[in-house]
Amino acid sequence: MHTHGTPQRATLIWLFLLAATALAWGLGEGGAAGPAVFALLFGLALVKGALILLDYMALRHAPPLWRALTLGWLVAVIALIALAYWRGLTS
Amino acid sequence: MTQQLTLSRSAVPPAREARLAGDLAIWFFILAELLAFGLFFAAYAFARSGDVEGFSLQQAALDRDSGAINTVLLLTSSYFVVRAVQAAAADRGTVSARWLLGAIGCGAGFVIVKLGEYVSAYAAGISLSSSTFHMFYLSLTLFHFMHVLLGLVILVALWNNARKGRYGSAELHGIETGAAYWHMIDLVWLVLFPLVYVMR
Repeated sequence: MHTHGTPQRATLIWLFLLAATALAWGLGEGGAAGPAVFALLFGLALVKGALILLDYMALRHAPPLWRALTLGWLVAVIALIALAYWRGLTS
Repeated sequence: MTQQLTLSRSAVPPAREARLAGDLAIWFFILAELLAFGLFFAAYAFARSGDVEGFSLQQAALDRDSGAINTVLLLTSSYFVVRAVQAAAADRGTVSARWLLGAIGCGAGFVIVKLGEYVSAYAAGISLSSSTFHMFYLSLTLFHFMHVLLGLVILVALWNNARKGRYGSAELHGIETGAAYWHMIDLVWLVLFPLVYVMR
């Protein structure tokens, strides 16, 4: 049971994920653009992704190597997207 | 005294060992999938950086509502799957099966919304060759869509097992393995949605 946390925690995370999604949708609908919006959008994606990995996929209680590989993937992908975004701003 | 010490020591639960939830093989498979999606995402982002205006123009015409609804459906299905695993770990097989059924319903909802999106894109004459943006939009979302379909097959298998009482605190391996795969599909969508539908 420990591995998968409590239902209460899972529910709180779900509510947070929904709220973050509503915010991202609102940014899109409002046509918000620019580096600050980008940072907020992908900052949220990073937190959401980390919660899915650590709590929903139960990596919080997994061997550190697996946590590093999957969280590392998330950070690397978002860093690449940020790099490309910056390149688009300057070109 | 010695015996009492031994007794009280054995009453202490064993230290929580680091444990990967699910089969090791599925985790290697998940890593491979993440790598493939990651390359795809980077390719999109760098292609966009060469034509920001063109991409933004095409992106503005996307149906963000259906994209957001699909995000909510996937997040909710993931939450239901977590509850299903927790119920199985608490030896409540029928409850677990009910949560899984809810997750399948959300996954099916995703499929319906996505198909609706494809139908309206087709009606608008949008195809892979319409623009670089549309090539990426269609192939990225289709690649993800295929994973949702496979994930749904897995969820149905889990539900079938759960309803027959095959999962419990002593037998979590199967449901954890399927759950990990389904969450991976949710995880990549959480990057895909802001990247393709929102980022400007």
